[in-house]
Amino acid sequence: MSEIITILKSELMLTGIIFILLFIKLGNGLKNETLLGIIQLLLLVNFIAGFFMNFEASAFDTMYQTSPMIAFQKSILNLGVYLISLLFADWFKKTEHLTEFFILMLSALLGMFLLLSSGNFLMFYLSLELATIPVAALANFDLQKKISSEAAMKMILSSAFSSGILLFGISILYGVTGTISFAELPALLNGSTIQILALIFLFSAFAFKLSIVPFHLWTADVYEGSPFAVTSFLSVISKGAIAFVFISTLYKVFAPMHIVWYNMVMVLSILTMIIGNLFALRQQNIKRFLAFSSIAQVGFILVGISSNSPTQGVPSVVYFILIYVFSNLAAFGVAATIASHSGKERIDDYKGLYQTNPFLSWILAIALFSLAGIPPTAGFFGKLFLLTAGASQANYAFITIAALNMIVSLYYYLRVIRSVFMDKNDNPISKATIDPFTKLGLLICGIGIVCTGLVSWIYDYIVSLLQSV
Amino acid sequence: MNLLLLLLVPLVTALAVLLMQNKQQIRWAAFIGASIQLALAFGLYAAYRSARLAGDTAAFLFEKKYNWFPDWNISLHFGVDGIAIAMILLTSFVVIAGVLVSWNVEKMTKEFYFLLILLSFGAYGFFISLDLFILFFFLEIAVIPKYLLIGIWGSGKKEYAANKLALMLMGGSALVLVGLLGTYFGGTGKTFDLLQLSAIHIPVATQMICFPLLFVGFGVFTALFPFHTWVPDGHSSAPTAGSMFLAGISMKLGGYGCLRVATYIMPDGAKEYANIIIVLSSIAILYGAFATMMQKDLKYINAYSSVSHCGFVLLGIGMLTKTAITGSVMQMVSHGLMTALFFAVIGMIYERTHTRQVNEMGGLLKVMPFISTVLFIVGLCSLGLPGLSGFVAEMTVFVGSWENADAFHRIATIAACMSIVVTAVYILRAVGQTAMGPLKAGYANLTDARWNEKLAAIILIVGILAIGIAPFWLNDLIKPGAEIIIQKIQAVR
Repeated sequence: MSEIITILKSELMLTGIIFILLFIKLGNGLKNETLLGIIQLLLLVNFIAGFFMNFEASAFDTMYQTSPMIAFQKSILNLGVYLISLLFADWFKKTEHLTEFFILMLSALLGMFLLLSSGNFLMFYLSLELATIPVAALANFDLQKKISSEAAMKMILSSAFSSGILLFGISILYGVTGTISFAELPALLNGSTIQILALIFLFSAFAFKLSIVPFHLWTADVYEGSPFAVTSFLSVISKGAIAFVFISTLYKVFAPMHIVWYNMVMVLSILTMIIGNLFALRQQNIKRFLAFSSIAQVGFILVGISSNSPTQGVPSVVYFILIYVFSNLAAFGVAATIASHSGKERIDDYKGLYQTNPFLSWILAIALFSLAGIPPTAGFFGKLFLLTAGASQANYAFITIAALNMIVSLYYYLRVIRSVFMDKNDNPISKATIDPFTKLGLLICGIGIVCTGLVSWIYDYIVSLLQSV
Repeated sequence: MNLLLLLLVPLVTALAVLLMQNKQQIRWAAFIGASIQLALAFGLYAAYRSARLAGDTAAFLFEKKYNWFPDWNISLHFGVDGIAIAMILLTSFVVIAGVLVSWNVEKMTKEFYFLLILLSFGAYGFFISLDLFILFFFLEIAVIPKYLLIGIWGSGKKEYAANKLALMLMGGSALVLVGLLGTYFGGTGKTFDLLQLSAIHIPVATQMICFPLLFVGFGVFTALFPFHTWVPDGHSSAPTAGSMFLAGISMKLGGYGCLRVATYIMPDGAKEYANIIIVLSSIAILYGAFATMMQKDLKYINAYSSVSHCGFVLLGIGMLTKTAITGSVMQMVSHGLMTALFFAVIGMIYERTHTRQVNEMGGLLKVMPFISTVLFIVGLCSLGLPGLSGFVAEMTVFVGSWENADAFHRIATIAACMSIVVTAVYILRAVGQTAMGPLKAGYANLTDARWNEKLAAIILIVGILAIGIAPFWLNDLIKPGAEIIIQKIQAVR
C-alpha cells in the first residue's frame, strides 16, 4: 500500500491540494490576498516535493507508469503552474472565484500528470479529457466578457472534435491489434494501411492539442479571448504536457512505424513553422501574436521529435520546453502586467515603453530574444539542440528550412523590441506598479532564461535522468 | 596566460558600467575596462612571442578546455594562434577608440556603453574559440547589441537599417549553423572541436555541401557579394562607435570565420570553390569602388569602400597561397583600424557641422586642423599610400595572388589592382572637398577635436603606422597561422 502511495505521490499531492482548496472554499472566510499566498505556498511545496523519491515503477498492471524522466516532466509543469500563480497575482487578487480557478487548473494539471504516466490508451484517453475540460471552463473565466465565452465555446468544440478523432484512432488500433497496452502494441505493429490510418487519427488528435498546422485555427481566438493566466496555461503547460506525451507515444508505441511518422512530422513541422511565422508577422494584439509565435515554436519542437533518437530527441525536447516555460511565461507576465495596468494589449501601444518601464522592457526583451533563439539566452541552446537532434537524420533540406524560419521569427520578435526600445511615443504607457509576487515571478523567469542555457549541468541532469532508466 | 581573462574583463566592465551612478563614472569605468583590454591584448602578444621564441611550435597556444554540454561533445575550448592574436589586438584598439569617441553620448549612456562592451565580449570570445559551437555562440551574441545600438542611437532610417542588418546577419548565421551541423554529423567524430576536425579528413561529399554554406554564411558578415547590402545601410545609420565596431570588428568576424572554419577544416571544398570566391570578391572590390564614386555622404563613402576593401580579404583567402592568406589577415587588421578611424573622424565632423554631405562642406582644415589632418591620413591609408597599413596589406594580397600563374588568377588580380585607381579618385575628391578650398559660411566658429577624440585618433593612427612602417612584426605573427592552413590545402593537391 505504501508503495502505491510513493509511486503515485505527485498525483496524490495534487489531489491533496485540490481537497484543501475545496475545504477552504467551504469555510469561505479568507481574503484573496491570504488565499493566494496559501496557494502559492502549497504549489511551491508541491514543486519541491516533486524532486524526491523518483524511480522507475508501474502500478495497476502497467496502466500507470513512472520514471525519473516522467517525474522531471511533471516538475516542469509544476514549476510552470507555480510561476503562473506568481505572475498573474494582480488578476488573481481581483477575481471573485480564486479558489475555483485553482481547483480547475489543478484538476487539469492532474489530468496531465496521469496522461504523462499512462501506460495504455484507456488511461490515456480518460486523463486527456480530464486535462482538457477544466481548461475550457477556465477559458470562460472573464465572466463579463463575451469574447471569453466565445473562447470557451471554441475550445470545448474543437477539443470534443479532436477527442472523437482520437477515440476513433484508438478503436481502429484496438480492432487491428486486440490490445490497448503501450507495452504490447509495438510488437503488433507492422505498418499495414489500416494501422497507418489509426496513426493518422491519433496524430491528428495530438495535432489539435498542440495546434499543429492545419489543426491550429482555434488557437489564436481562444488565446485572445481567455484571461492571461489561462492563455499562458494553455500555451505553456498544456502544450508542454502534450508534447511530452506525443514524443513518448511516438518513440515507444509507434517505434516500428518510424518511417511513416517521420515524414508526417517533417511535413507538418515545416507547415507549422511557416504558417505560424507568417501569421505572427501581421498580428497587432500581443496575445494573438504570442499565440502564433507559439505555433511556430511547436514547429521547432517537431524538428526535435523527428530525430527519433531517445537519447537526443527526448532530452532536447524536454530541455526546450523547460526554456519555453520560462520565456513564454515571462512574455505573458509582462503583457498581463501592462494590460492590467493600462488595459492595452496592442503592440503599437508598447511604443516608448522602455522610457517608463525599464524593468518590464528588459524582461520582455530577453524573453523574446530567447523565443527567437538569440544567445546568450537559453532559447539559443534549446533551439540549437532541437536542430542538432533533428539533423541526426541527415535531412539537411529540412534543417535548412527550420534555420531559415528562425530568421522570419526574428523579424517579428524584433518588431516588438523595436516598439519598446526605439519608437518614439509622446504618450507612452505610464509607469506600472508591479505586484511584488509578479516581480518575483518575472525575476525567476529572467534568471531561468539566462541560466538554463549557460549552466550546462541542467541539460546534463536531464540526460542523466534518461540514463538511469 | 589564461585566455578566460579576455572574456572576464569585458564582462566585469559591463557589470561595472551597470552599477555606476552618473555618466562620468560610466565613461571612466568603460574607459578603464577598455584600457585593461588593450593591456591584456599586448600582454597576450608578448606572451605569445616569448613562447614562440622559446620554441613552442604547437598550432594553438594557451589552450584550455572546460567541459560544457558533454553530451553533445561541446566544450569551452580556447586557444590562440598568431591570426587570432592579430584580431584580438585589432579589437582592443577599436574598443578603446570607440569608448573614447562616444564620450559625449548623452542619451541612455549606461545602456550604450553596456551594449558596446557586450559587443567586444562577443568578438573576443569568437576569436579565441576552438570549438565551433561556442564560436557560433559568440558570433550570434553580438546580434542584440548591434541591433539595439543602431536602432536606438542611430540616425537616418535607423529602424530599417537595424532590421536589415539583424536579419541578414541572422541569415548568414543560419547558413553557418546548417554547415556546422553538417560538419558535426558528416565528419566521423560527432564533434565541434576545431582541432579534432582539422586532424581528420572530412569526407569530400560533406565538404562540397558544407563549405559553401559556411563560407557564404560567414561571408555575409564580411560583405561577400551579393550579400553586402546590409553594409551601407547598417554602417551609415549606426552611431559613430557603432559604425566603428561594425566595420572594424564585426565584419572581421566573417573573414576570420571564412578562413579559420571554412577553409581550414574543409580544404577540398576550398579548392573546389576557390574560383567562385575569387570571382565574387573581385566583383565586390570593383563594384564597391565604383559605387563609392557615386556617393555624396561621407559615411556611405566609407561604407561602400569597406565593401571594396573587405573584398581583398576574401580575394586573399580565395587565392589559397600563404602570402595571399597572410595578406588577407593583414588587410583585416589594417582595414579594421583604418575604417574605425575613418568613422571616428566622420563622427567628429558630423557632430560639428551637422552634415555628412561632402558638397556642403569645405575648408575645414582652417578651423579644425587636427580632425582634417586625421582625415587626410586615413584617406591616404585607404588609397594605399606606402608607409601606411593599407599599402602593406593590399600589396601582400597582390603578391600572393600573383603566385598563381594561370590566366584566370592573373586577370582577377589585375582587375582588383585597378580598383586602387578608383579608390584614389573618390578618396582624394572626398577628402579634398571636405578639408580644402574656401571655408563654407557658418563653419567659422567650429572647434577642433577634444582630448578624448584626439586620444582615440592617435591610438588608431599609432596602429596604422605600426603596420605601415614596420610590417614585419605583423607578418611574423600571422605567417605560422597561415602556414598550417596552406599545409592542409597542399595536402589536397
